Amino acid sequence: MMMQRLRRSEEFIRFGCESLINLRPNKNSVPRSVSGFVTHYDTKGKLFESNVGNHYNTHRCLGRNLGMLQQYKCFGSSSASQIERKPLFSSLDSKDVSSFKEILGDKNVVEDEERLETANTDWMKKYKGSSKLMLLPKNTEEVSQILQYCDSRRLAVVPQGGNTGLVGGSVPVFDEVIINVGLMNKVLAFDEVSGVLVCEAGCILENLATFLDTKGFIMPLDLGAKGSCHIGGNVSTNAGGLRLIRYGSLHGTVLEAVTANGNVLDMLGTLRKDNTGYDLKHLFIGSEGSLGIVTKVSILTQPKLSSVNLAFIACKDYLSCQKILVEAKKNLGEILSAFEFLDNNSMDLVLNHLDGVRNPVSSTENFYILIETTGSDETNDREKLEAFLLKSLEKGLVSDGVIAQDINQASSFWRIREGITEALQKAGAVYKYDLSLPVEEIYNIVNDLRRRLGELANVMGYGHLGDGNLHLNISAADYNDKLIGLIEPYVYEWTSKHRGSISAEHGLGVMKANEIFYSKSPETVAIMASIKKLLDPKGILNPYKVLPHSLFSH
Amino acid sequence: MKILVAVKRVVDYAVKIRVKPDKTGVDTQNVKMSMNPFCEIALEEALRIKEAGFAKEVVAVSIGPSQCVDTLRTGLAMGADRGIHVETNTSFLPLTIAKILKSLAEVENPGLIFLGKQAIDDDCNQTGQMVAALLGWPQATFASKVVLDKDKHIATVDREVDGGLETLCVDLPAVITTDLRLNQPRYASLPNIMKAKSKPIKKMTVQDLKVDVKSDIEILEVTEPPKRKSGVMVSSVDELIEKLRNEAHVV
Repeated sequence: MMMQRLRRSEEFIRFGCESLINLRPNKNSVPRSVSGFVTHYDTKGKLFESNVGNHYNTHRCLGRNLGMLQQYKCFGSSSASQIERKPLFSSLDSKDVSSFKEILGDKNVVEDEERLETANTDWMKKYKGSSKLMLLPKNTEEVSQILQYCDSRRLAVVPQGGNTGLVGGSVPVFDEVIINVGLMNKVLAFDEVSGVLVCEAGCILENLATFLDTKGFIMPLDLGAKGSCHIGGNVSTNAGGLRLIRYGSLHGTVLEAVTANGNVLDMLGTLRKDNTGYDLKHLFIGSEGSLGIVTKVSILTQPKLSSVNLAFIACKDYLSCQKILVEAKKNLGEILSAFEFLDNNSMDLVLNHLDGVRNPVSSTENFYILIETTGSDETNDREKLEAFLLKSLEKGLVSDGVIAQDINQASSFWRIREGITEALQKAGAVYKYDLSLPVEEIYNIVNDLRRRLGELANVMGYGHLGDGNLHLNISAADYNDKLIGLIEPYVYEWTSKHRGSISAEHGLGVMKANEIFYSKSPETVAIMASIKKLLDPKGILNPYKVLPHSLFSH
Repeated sequence: MKILVAVKRVVDYAVKIRVKPDKTGVDTQNVKMSMNPFCEIALEEALRIKEAGFAKEVVAVSIGPSQCVDTLRTGLAMGADRGIHVETNTSFLPLTIAKILKSLAEVENPGLIFLGKQAIDDDCNQTGQMVAALLGWPQATFASKVVLDKDKHIATVDREVDGGLETLCVDLPAVITTDLRLNQPRYASLPNIMKAKSKPIKKMTVQDLKVDVKSDIEILEVTEPPKRKSGVMVSSVDELIEKLRNEAHVV
């Protein structure tokens, strides 16, 4: 399974690195249609044209210069969100660059255009900044010095890890300096008795998992981006993933972070319990780099259990899916480690766009569920899973299903669920929403949106049913304003009405920075803004993201 | 016609194995075990032959400790009609396995014996050939295609050999060992898993089969291959040649 996921993650990286952008000044060209090309004006008003070239890269960001103001408009999110570069932020000059070189050494101050191109673009190729500088600190001290400098100079920065986020939170919006912690990738300590792993923030999740595997442990989280994402980024975004249902969220992790003015907050500890004062680490977990840069992480890992079983089952309707979830929690209880669902449209998409994939179940049904159990007793777990599934079959909840007989078969089942994201990229334009809703409501939004959009687009619903987390994806031939107008703010309003979250695990980033009010009250958000002002008074850490722009306009 | 399929319980092929510190073998404690992939292919082929109407019964047999029953249950869940478990806690080498299968064949009288071409734990690639020799039956190994002719009682088998494909015709009864490209094994579906619960698994011992299990081979030691040494960066072509000549002795 590991190898399959590594290969897939490699494909994601290759995807992200394919730079098909060709910037050349062309005064006489006319802006073309949204689906193929985008026009980009620089601060001097010259017209640059970017040639996208193939249908994978269907999305670009548009920067428009109106006189002195530099604006930013992004496709794929509500056209109402036009961001302006804050004039209070300084612009980079050569003195800054040489100061950084003094702190980091010449090699780790990157001005190379090609590397900046990749660092400026997010994985989905939806968001693109125009940063001119990327810094690669090697340790906490260097991060502290850089931030101290940037704070004193009022230079905006973007903390960046694996750059696999899906809400545009890890790339610059304008010319923010990119601080990439990729070089801070050492494992510092591992205690084989307690299972506590201490490592630097730039460690890639998959590498940590491989390291732990040799010791007989596993990471408490697992997601499709594991081949590229950094643990620092995971913690900063409070990443969810497939194992949340069993091991909980990352709020149990302890860390060391550096605040905007260069202060190093050493909250790193290896203690399981520590009730001394306000637990500040929670502020940094999930704040997406807007309150501080996470530099070290101390995470509790789980022993690797030998007995892993995976079943792929088919159900006729969503009501059966819910009942199976309830029954699974009751009957499989302590061994349940993953509960994912996907609908028929998602299955079709995967079968059409990915190679070497087949439907494990012989009949096509409306819903498919993946149930994984992890335990220490192979025979016992197997019997438990079989008994539960056979009972569900008899009760008519399950119409058909298969159980993986070896790791290879299990990988092929996971390939289907994890391949949906990849298939969506290949299918054309995609609008992604990540919602937390009461389990009984989850599929209602999919059906409602389907009725609303009709022939215009293909609506898919899949996700972590066990956590009440829906990944709602709308696939169309190309991006267009009419479609986005029908989707937003309908999806957010619908979610808000049912007291759901407009971002279950992906975070707010730049995509949903202005939508927080759909899920949080104004009073709550006001306090968030106060905390932000306290920890980052000049607002240089990851600006324009997470919290609404209206809170910070002067 | 009856088809006998031998299936082996091995360490799952996706698992990273480790050698036991005492060097007596590979660590199989707390490690995922599954049916040998080639045995899965063998069983799948037997099932397809039965579904095509050429055989009446598919019998799966496994030799090993009590957990082999799990492997046999998988086989039954795929569609085998019944299972035979020859229980033993000793790890037998191919010749002993072949002798056991020979005895079983004399009891069951199958028209075909299917095996995987080799097991992924020992990579011996010997059992199928030895069974054929002990029984005096024809053999077709590394099968990538099997076509039966019921009337003439022969099987036409394409074999994957180093030089390409070789086609053989064998009289039945025969022994066939299966290679990777023969088929893609089916998944064990829930309805079949349910049916499998009522299918019988017969327990037997080596004494029942009157087989002499004394082995002429003793495993002395199992070690990991030497770890790959890290490379050396050289600064010039001259240095490279010097190293190739004086250190690696290849020039």
